[in-house]
Amino acid sequence: MYKIVKKQTLSPAVKLMKIQEPYVARKAQPGQFIILRVDEFGERIPLTIADYDRDEGTVTIIFQEVGKTTKALGLLEEGQELLDFVGPLGVASHFDGIKKAAVIGGGLGTAIAYPQAKQLHKMGAEVHSVIGFRNKDLIILESEMSEASSKLVVTTDDGSNGTKGFVTDELKKLIDQGNIYDLVIAIGPLIMMKAVSNLTKQYGIKTIVSMNPVMIDGTGMCGGCRVTVGGKIKFACVDGPDFDGHEVDFDEAMRRQMMYKSDERQSLDDHACRLGGESNA
Amino acid sequence: MPNMSPKKVNMPEQEPDIRNKNFLEVALGYTPEMAQEEAQRCLQCKNKPCVAGCPVNVQIPEFIELVANGQFEKAYEKITETNSLPAICGRVCPQETQCEKLCIRGIKNEPVGIGRLERFVADWFIQNSKPNSKDIQKNGIKVAVIGSGPAGLTCAGDLANMGYDVTIFEAFHTPGGVLMYGIPEFRLPKALVQKEIDNLKHLGVKIRTNMVIGKVLSLEELEQEGYKAIFIGTGAGLPNFMGIPGENLNGVYSSNEFLTRINLMKAYLFPQYGTPVKVGKNVAVVGGGNVAMDAARSAKRLGAENVYIIYRRSEKELPARLEEIHHAKEEGIIFKLLTNPTKIIGTDDGWVKGMECVEMELGEPDSSGRRRPVVKKGSEHVVDVNTVIIAIGQSPNPLIKSTTKGLDTHDWGGIIVEEATGATSKEGVYAGGDTVTGAATVILAMGAGKTAANAIDEYLKKTL
Repeated sequence: MYKIVKKQTLSPAVKLMKIQEPYVARKAQPGQFIILRVDEFGERIPLTIADYDRDEGTVTIIFQEVGKTTKALGLLEEGQELLDFVGPLGVASHFDGIKKAAVIGGGLGTAIAYPQAKQLHKMGAEVHSVIGFRNKDLIILESEMSEASSKLVVTTDDGSNGTKGFVTDELKKLIDQGNIYDLVIAIGPLIMMKAVSNLTKQYGIKTIVSMNPVMIDGTGMCGGCRVTVGGKIKFACVDGPDFDGHEVDFDEAMRRQMMYKSDERQSLDDHACRLGGESNA
Repeated sequence: MPNMSPKKVNMPEQEPDIRNKNFLEVALGYTPEMAQEEAQRCLQCKNKPCVAGCPVNVQIPEFIELVANGQFEKAYEKITETNSLPAICGRVCPQETQCEKLCIRGIKNEPVGIGRLERFVADWFIQNSKPNSKDIQKNGIKVAVIGSGPAGLTCAGDLANMGYDVTIFEAFHTPGGVLMYGIPEFRLPKALVQKEIDNLKHLGVKIRTNMVIGKVLSLEELEQEGYKAIFIGTGAGLPNFMGIPGENLNGVYSSNEFLTRINLMKAYLFPQYGTPVKVGKNVAVVGGGNVAMDAARSAKRLGAENVYIIYRRSEKELPARLEEIHHAKEEGIIFKLLTNPTKIIGTDDGWVKGMECVEMELGEPDSSGRRRPVVKKGSEHVVDVNTVIIAIGQSPNPLIKSTTKGLDTHDWGGIIVEEATGATSKEGVYAGGDTVTGAATVILAMGAGKTAANAIDEYLKKTL
């Protein structure tokens, strides 16, 4: 069992948890993920490692309550335990030789982009971050991202905070202002990563995206997480989750993301029933 | 006087039209009377040809004689002298190509039902006896076993019996490997596997789940933690795909994913269990092995109307056990033999709607000795399916080899070992099962686990 030592609400549907798991904390690197299971009936879900503390032996995860599993997870409190927690899985991000980078976070993707920004900042690279949210209530990790970046732009789709507009517009502005980036890291919804990759392709800037498809084992066994990259089948769990954004077939990834949408609905409805009419689905 | 009936005593089974709608076990097992009657068909041959066919050398005539005399507990003790997982072997071993193939009774008639008797004895013991904690002289020497499938469980059990302090590291949340995630409930009830694992725990074997060795700990770190020898039994978990267009469409599964969702994650009990699985009205399973039969029979149970086995050679070459093919046919699985997929066709929004196939005919024998299938000209046709399950084999999982220096592997991924011992190129590290041979059978993996346990014991006696 894996104890929740800290729980924090970042925005109404986004929560942060620190999990006691010294083995994972000892090895975790930015870009890697864990798989957890809340209880005996639960799905195995992958979540990217948002932070880790090797001395404390803790691993931080940040999740949005969208499905049955993440809602069940959100109901747990400090001191309670998760049934399963396994990692660190996937290939760590490589930032060798990067002097200046733009880190783009979309919504919850900001939680995954944060350790990358932090790592680059720690290495001495100049980090410009652009993080975008649908509205001001959904903004997360603004101060953390600010600390890890020499420049931070926050956007909201509806203009309720920061700049109104999309992260791609702000990234384009930064590039057009003469910023020369060795690398762009884009993490967020597939549609956003696709838009960023399309933009940076025009400028010829290397772009890394982080894929988060459906998976079961996370060790290369099920093949459910396959992604077409450069015309070849890759497994996000063992070949990724980071891939070259200019090579990823985003349209296929978006179609594959729809595979269990109807089941998720059914599962959630069932879950709401068992909870006695929870209605925030 | 032996029972000279030409046929095995029939083992009761669920009716095909009932069982293809549930996940309960197909075969129901012998009663004590049936077992004794079948046991009396054994001629008690002096030279015991059957034993030579068993990868773990079960003392077959001896245990069968005990069954014939009604001494079931003693029969269990006899079997478990060499086989630590009899309830599993009695169900999933290919007896027809091993022990029963060499049975003298099998020359003119049906061989003795050795597998059925083994199963009976193991089940009887589970129901009627408690495992008595054997007095094992502990030596305190730590050995790590990576993977808790048939190879790892056997190796761990044998080493624990010799007194070693054994810890099994398992990547999944539940131990058992392919016995848990791969073989369906209707062929191997998971409660039985759990029982066998509990027996190992009684022997003092520790099991640490959620430990992906190669990621969370390296082999070197295991050595630093005081493990004096390591056995790698990580199986063949890397699914092969065909490399044809459309394999990433929604509704295409590797057999690994399909079966893991159903068996390990209990998708057949969705939404009580949270993991879903998609099964369309028409399902194609590509491949002709036991895994393909398991996937097809599972799809049928999950409500598919038409389930096809698509296999490029003929019936004779089907690699699955005869019993599995027979069961699949009884349950209404449709065999499209000498047929090979060339393309999976999708709808505009990315879901499978059909599979383009060609017919094959058999040409000259290839390097495997089987006649090579060649495409029949102008035979292109489309099979109307909504789900495709690819069951054309698995390769060894690369996680450990990619993170371990000095561990030699074949080009295709298998770990290279010395056959007689299971020793790898790294001192103190042994390997066995599918990670060495590529996908094979439960009993061969068990045999390799047993071999390695003996070799590890010798190695440690020499070096410590």
